[in-house]
Amino acid sequence: MTAVLGKDLLGLETLTSEQIGLVLDTAVPFKAVSLRPIKKVPTLRGKTIVNLFYEASTRTRISFEFAEKRLSADTVNVGSKGSSVEKGENLVDTARNLEAMNIDMVVIRHPSSGAAQFLADRIRSNVVNAGDGRHEHPTQGLLDLLTIRDRLGTLEGKRVCIVGDILHSRVARSNVWGLIKMGAEVAVCGPRSLMPRGIEGLGVTVLPRIEEAIEWADVLNILRLQLERMQAGYLPSLGEYARVFGLSEERLARAPRELLILHPGPMNRGVEIDSRVADGPHSVILDQVTNGVAVRMAVLYLLAGGRPELAEAAQAAKRGEAE
Amino acid sequence: MKPVLLTGGHVVDPSQGIDGRADVLVRDGKIVAVGPNIAVSDETEVFAADGFVVAPGFVDVHVHLREPGKEDAETIATGALAAAAGGFTSVCAMPNTDPVTDNQAAVGFILKQAREANAARVYPIGAVTVGQRGERLAEIGKMVAAGAVAVSDDGRPVLSSHLMRTALEYAQTFGVPVADHCEDPALAQGGVMHEGLTSTRLGLRGIPAAAEDIMVARDILLAELTGGHVHLCHMSTRGSVELIRRGKERGVRVTAEATPHHFTLTDEACAGYDTHAKMNPPLREAADVRAILEGLADGTIDAVATDHAPHHYEAKEREFDDAPFGVVGLETALGLGITELVDAGHMSLATLVERMSTRPAQIFHLEAGTLRVGAPADIVVFDAGAEWTVDPTAFRSKSRNTPFVGRKLKGRVVRTMVGGEVIFGT
Repeated sequence: MTAVLGKDLLGLETLTSEQIGLVLDTAVPFKAVSLRPIKKVPTLRGKTIVNLFYEASTRTRISFEFAEKRLSADTVNVGSKGSSVEKGENLVDTARNLEAMNIDMVVIRHPSSGAAQFLADRIRSNVVNAGDGRHEHPTQGLLDLLTIRDRLGTLEGKRVCIVGDILHSRVARSNVWGLIKMGAEVAVCGPRSLMPRGIEGLGVTVLPRIEEAIEWADVLNILRLQLERMQAGYLPSLGEYARVFGLSEERLARAPRELLILHPGPMNRGVEIDSRVADGPHSVILDQVTNGVAVRMAVLYLLAGGRPELAEAAQAAKRGEAE
Repeated sequence: MKPVLLTGGHVVDPSQGIDGRADVLVRDGKIVAVGPNIAVSDETEVFAADGFVVAPGFVDVHVHLREPGKEDAETIATGALAAAAGGFTSVCAMPNTDPVTDNQAAVGFILKQAREANAARVYPIGAVTVGQRGERLAEIGKMVAAGAVAVSDDGRPVLSSHLMRTALEYAQTFGVPVADHCEDPALAQGGVMHEGLTSTRLGLRGIPAAAEDIMVARDILLAELTGGHVHLCHMSTRGSVELIRRGKERGVRVTAEATPHHFTLTDEACAGYDTHAKMNPPLREAADVRAILEGLADGTIDAVATDHAPHHYEAKEREFDDAPFGVVGLETALGLGITELVDAGHMSLATLVERMSTRPAQIFHLEAGTLRVGAPADIVVFDAGAEWTVDPTAFRSKSRNTPFVGRKLKGRVVRTMVGGEVIFGT
C-alpha cells in the first residue's frame, strides 16, 4: 500500500485534515515510548536517515535525532559546516551522493523556501521538511496542534492567534494551514511591517494590536523575534517591540478567559514574551518540546510505510477511557 | 542572386497599411514591388505563399545573447539563428555581457560575430555607464558611431537620478534612446518573485509592483525634464501602464515594451518553485496581465520584446532563491502573440505585426519593419493557423529555459529572409 502521508512531508498546506489527524493520533502512543525506562522501539530498525541541516538548529535537529534513535533507525548528521556543501557542492549533487549510499530518508533544514520540495522531486528517498526558508516547518506545526489538542481536547472552533514576525516565519505558515484544516479559527497579530502581503488570502484575520489578540483568543502562539529585523529596517528597537507587542503578565491578566501560551523557541525573554509568562501556569512551551519528539516519531513511522493501526489503537483507548 | 517572388500570400505591412492578398518581389536584397499578380521573367524563383502571412521580419529590441562571457548558454550565432527561427530579422543585444559592452571595440566585436553568423541582424546596445556600474557615462558617441543603436544598463536600473538625467540629455546628440530596467533595488530587497498572495504562500521574498512603478515614474519625469527619449524595458505592472499612458498624453518621449511571458502568465506559475517562472521583473497578477494586454492593444506599450535570457540548464536546476532570473523567448514569441493576443481577441494580426516589427524598428530607428519598395528584404512568412507544441529540445537556442514547455500554440514560421536571403526555413 502507499504510505498514508505519501512519499514526503513537505508542508501542511498539502495535507488533508484526515492526514493531520492521523499524525496527531499516531503521536499519542509514541509519547509513551519516551516515558519508558528503555526509550526504544524496533520500528525503523535497519533504516538509514540523514539529517541534512543547512542552517543552524539545536532544538529541531536534536528532536529529530531523538525521534530517529528511539525508533532504532541509523542516523547520520550532515551540516553545511565542514562538509562538501562548504566546498560549493550544490544541493542536488549532495542529495544524489547520499542516495547512492542507499539511504531511506532525508530530514532537511534549509534557508531557501522550496528546498525540501526541490530535493523531494529529485530523489527516491522520503523527504521530511525540517524548515525551509520562510515557507513551512510542518513538524513544528504538528507539534503545536498536538499541544493545543492535548490541553483543549479539540482544535475545532478554538481561536488561535499567532503573534510576531509573520513575514519571515515558516512556523506561522505551517500553523495557519494546520489549524484551519483542523477547524480552528486563526488570527495573526504583529507590526504591519512584519505582516506578509495578502496574508488574509490564507483565511486568517489580522489583529493589529496584541490587546485585541488577548481579548479574542483561546491560544496565543508567540513567535521569536529575530534580532536582525532591526538592521533590515522593519522595526525601530527591541524595547519598542516589547512595549507594543510583548506578552507581559499585566496584559495577560486582562484576558477574559484562560489562555494557552505557546512559543516555538528559542525565546527572547523580555522581548516577545515576559519571563513570568513563559514560566507561568498558562505556558505549555515545554510540552511543545516533549510533543515534538513524539510527532516526529509519528511522521517518520508513517512515511516509512507504517500502518495507521497505532493511531486506531490510540483512538480506541481514548474511547475506552471516555466510557 | 536570383530575384524571388513570394506569390499569393496574405501581406501584412502596417507601415503602408497593407493587409491583403498580394505578391512581393525581391531583387538584390531589396523589396522591389508589392502588389497583385506581379509578372516576372522565367529566371525568377517563385515561392508559393498561399495560405501564409507575409510580413516585415520581426524586430526584437531586447535580447541577451550572452557572448562574450557566457557562451555555454548562448552565442551570437546561436542567438541569431534562434531569432531567425522565431521570425525575427533584427534583434538588439543588451550589453550586460562579460565584459560589458561599454566601448566601441566591444560594439565592433558583436557586429563581427553577427556578420559571421549570417542569420538575423544583430544590433548592439551599449552600456549607459562604464561597466554598468552606474558611476560615470560610457562613451556613448563612440559606441553609436561603431554601430550601437541604443544605450542601457539593463539587468539593473540607472540608479542615480542625476546620471539618468545626464544620459537622457547626452544621448540626444546621437539620436539613440536610453533604455532603462525599471526597478528600485532598495524596495525590491533581493526579492525573487512578485510580492503577493503567491509569494506569501510559497514563503519567497517578494518584489512589490511599486519597485517598478517608482522607476517608471522617475524616468518619465526625467524624460519630460530633458526632452530625451526614454525607452522602458519589460513593463510588468498595471501602474507602469497607467504612468506611460499619462506620460504619452502629455507628449513625453517615452516608449515601452512588454514580453510574451508578461502578457501570458501570472505569478501563480511560480507554484511548485518552478525556476523557469523566475524572471525579473517577475510575473505579476491577473490585473497586471490585463493592463499589459490593454496597453499593447491601444499602443501605450509600443512593442513586444522577448527579453530572451538564456541560461545553462544547471543554472536553473537550483533552489528558487539561487536560480538566475530569465527565460528564453525568441522561438515562442510569435506563437504566444497569435495565441494570446490575436486569437484571444485583444488585437488584429496587423496590430501584432506592428508591435513585433514596424513599431520597434521605428523607436530604435532601425532600417526594418517595412515592406516599402527600396527597403531591405527582411521578411517573415508564417502560417498563422499552424498548431504546434512547445518542445525546448527543438530550439535553435543553446538554452531551453522556457516556462512554456508542452504548451499548445498557434502560428509557426515557414521562412525568414534577411536582405533577400533565406536564413531560416524552406
